[in-house]
Amino acid sequence: MPRMGTHPSQQRADAGIAVAPRPMRRRARRIDVARVGIYAFLIAAALFFLTPLYIMVVTSLKSMDEIRQGFLFALPEHFTIEPWRAAWSEVCTGVSCDGIRTGFWNSVMIVVPSVIFPILIGAINGYALSFWRTRAADWLFAMLLLGAFIPAQVMIYPLVKVLAAASLFSSLPGIVVIHVIFSMPVMTLLFRNYYASLPQELFKAARIDGGGFWRIFLQLMLPMSTPIMIVGAIMQVTGVWNDYIFGLVFAGRENLPMTVQLNNVINTTTGERLYNVNMAATILTSLVPLLVYFVSGRWFVRGIAAGAVKG
Amino acid sequence: MSGVNVKNLGIRFGSNAVIEHLDLAVNPGEFLVLLGPSGCGKSTLLHSIAGLIDVAEGSIEIGGNDVTEAEPNERGIGMVFQSYALYPTMTVERNMSFGLRVSGTPKPAIEERVKRAARMLQLEPLLQRKPSQLSGGQRQRVAIGRALVRDANVFLLDEPLSNLDAKLRTELRRELKLLHNSLGATMIYVTHDQVEAMTLATRVVVMRGGKIQQIGAPVAVYERPENLFVAGFLGAPGMNFLKGELTEGDSGAVFTSTAVKVPLDPATFKVDTHRSGRRAVVLGIRPEDIRIHEDGELSGTVQLVEPMGNHRVVWINMNGISLSAVLHDDRDIRTDSTIRYSFDVRRVSCFDEATEQRL
Ligand SMILES: Nc1ncnc2c1ncn2[C@@H]1O[C@H](COP(=O)(O)OP(=O)(O)OP(=O)(O)O)[C@@H](O)[C@H]1O
Ligand SMILES: [Mg+2]
Repeated sequence: MPRMGTHPSQQRADAGIAVAPRPMRRRARRIDVARVGIYAFLIAAALFFLTPLYIMVVTSLKSMDEIRQGFLFALPEHFTIEPWRAAWSEVCTGVSCDGIRTGFWNSVMIVVPSVIFPILIGAINGYALSFWRTRAADWLFAMLLLGAFIPAQVMIYPLVKVLAAASLFSSLPGIVVIHVIFSMPVMTLLFRNYYASLPQELFKAARIDGGGFWRIFLQLMLPMSTPIMIVGAIMQVTGVWNDYIFGLVFAGRENLPMTVQLNNVINTTTGERLYNVNMAATILTSLVPLLVYFVSGRWFVRGIAAGAVKG
Repeated sequence: MSGVNVKNLGIRFGSNAVIEHLDLAVNPGEFLVLLGPSGCGKSTLLHSIAGLIDVAEGSIEIGGNDVTEAEPNERGIGMVFQSYALYPTMTVERNMSFGLRVSGTPKPAIEERVKRAARMLQLEPLLQRKPSQLSGGQRQRVAIGRALVRDANVFLLDEPLSNLDAKLRTELRRELKLLHNSLGATMIYVTHDQVEAMTLATRVVVMRGGKIQQIGAPVAVYERPENLFVAGFLGAPGMNFLKGELTEGDSGAVFTSTAVKVPLDPATFKVDTHRSGRRAVVLGIRPEDIRIHEDGELSGTVQLVEPMGNHRVVWINMNGISLSAVLHDDRDIRTDSTIRYSFDVRRVSCFDEATEQRL
């Protein structure tokens, strides 16, 4: 009989069961061919994507003299942020020469409403389609999806005509309207799928509690939509910021977005090509989407409906 | 107090008819329990009474008013959902008060009612938590609380105690019964738990495939099931079934099967067995109606004895047929021994084999 109060292992020893000492496993660092292959591929892929970025960053920090020496990969001998300053506030974008900062602020003015409205409208659409099922709901949704498959270029000319008739052509509201229209299918799909994944009984409970269309939307659904709203915002910010063709056609001379102005900077035909300024301007232009990705990554996987259902 | 009157109800999902021609009258103040296998349409029926799904045909009356087309909140109902359906972004307190806030109840009254419900359901320490910070049982209680604060005339409860531990379930079951007695509200209650059905119900409704099989007091449904399905659905261990023939002997009906021959009491039959002659039947006998005693006229060998705490279930092999019997005393019964027993013939049920209806 094992004595009471002894450690279990001791008891086992007492009972005559031999406990073999566990052999110390040395981690054999076998050279695994597959693993080496994977790393080699990953490193190659990373280099492939990082090399242009590296070249852009170093070039933007060199003076033109240094660039003319032709050492593409060399680090700058004398760091200078002068090209960045020039790109931001001096470079010529077409007629005027105030740098691409005007483009930056134009883009901000376009992006902010082009994120808020599509998300709001998409949320309302998705909510109505997944909870307030009417007979026409599926039909409407199919139509909306069809819209997503028609290439945007096909619609440019008719839309120019329509906007001109509404005297919105070449204006800030005009370009915002365009972004709202073209984002609608994707935003609606995004929110519809999100709401469809929520338990239907949640909505039913709110109906019993007397909630109407707007109250359920504003007090119940919207607060639960943070993750999908962030996903929508990421899509809209990057999409609208990177847009070129709509901005060029619909925004008008006063509101040209940063991408269009960047193109003007790079394609100036007069004088010497200022590679360092061009590189700086390009990096500046892509900074916003980059920032969005870095900041919002962690939001992608958040589920807020946890706790709404059994289990 | 209001009753609920469902007439000729039909519900379809697309082309799939889940409920057809269903009639159900719930008396004011009644505690009606819906029983039935998974997928038989219990939740669907409850949701249609609540006005949450469209009715294809028929009508629904609550408290004498036709509410077939009325909005859910106009029906004077409170509901506990099978999946709880708590609002995930609101605290327990706001979950419970949402309906009252929507209806514009004054703040002090809201607080008072939420407090009362919270006290009743022991939710007071949890009022400021979000649903995701609660255990399954706590969520279930919040769901019940949310229905209770509404002071409705009719409560619809869809398996409200399914996720609680045995102790809490027993406690809340009693609470619910007391609550029902004090509120006097009509309750329609879905459950899979037969003990709940038996203890809570004033009447039990047994459903199958969207059709009502039997309605009646719990004891009546248990003791005199209308058909084979109801007989087999209720009771644990289930009713013993023996296939055989019913013939007319000198002193009344006799049940004969390959394994056994039992004279039956004529009082057990609804129909006149004299005229029908021989017929194929299924004899049903509950485990507690098999009496184990020395001078029983039947014998068999003991296959297995299952101790259940306050009783034992004895599985008897009767000429190749397995029977379960319930034993409440602690006499010595060994596996593989031969025992004698008898059927309590006043309490057997007899079903026509073809129609499966009670005879
Ligand atoms: N929204 C729906 N669309 C299509 N079919 C449905 C829908 N809801 C329920 N059904 C079907 O209706 C039938 C009844 O479902 P219901 O939820 O009422 O069953 P239940 O009796 O409550 O089952 P359980 O005990 O498992 O909760 C099932 O066959 C189910 O598949
Ligand atoms: Mg159900």
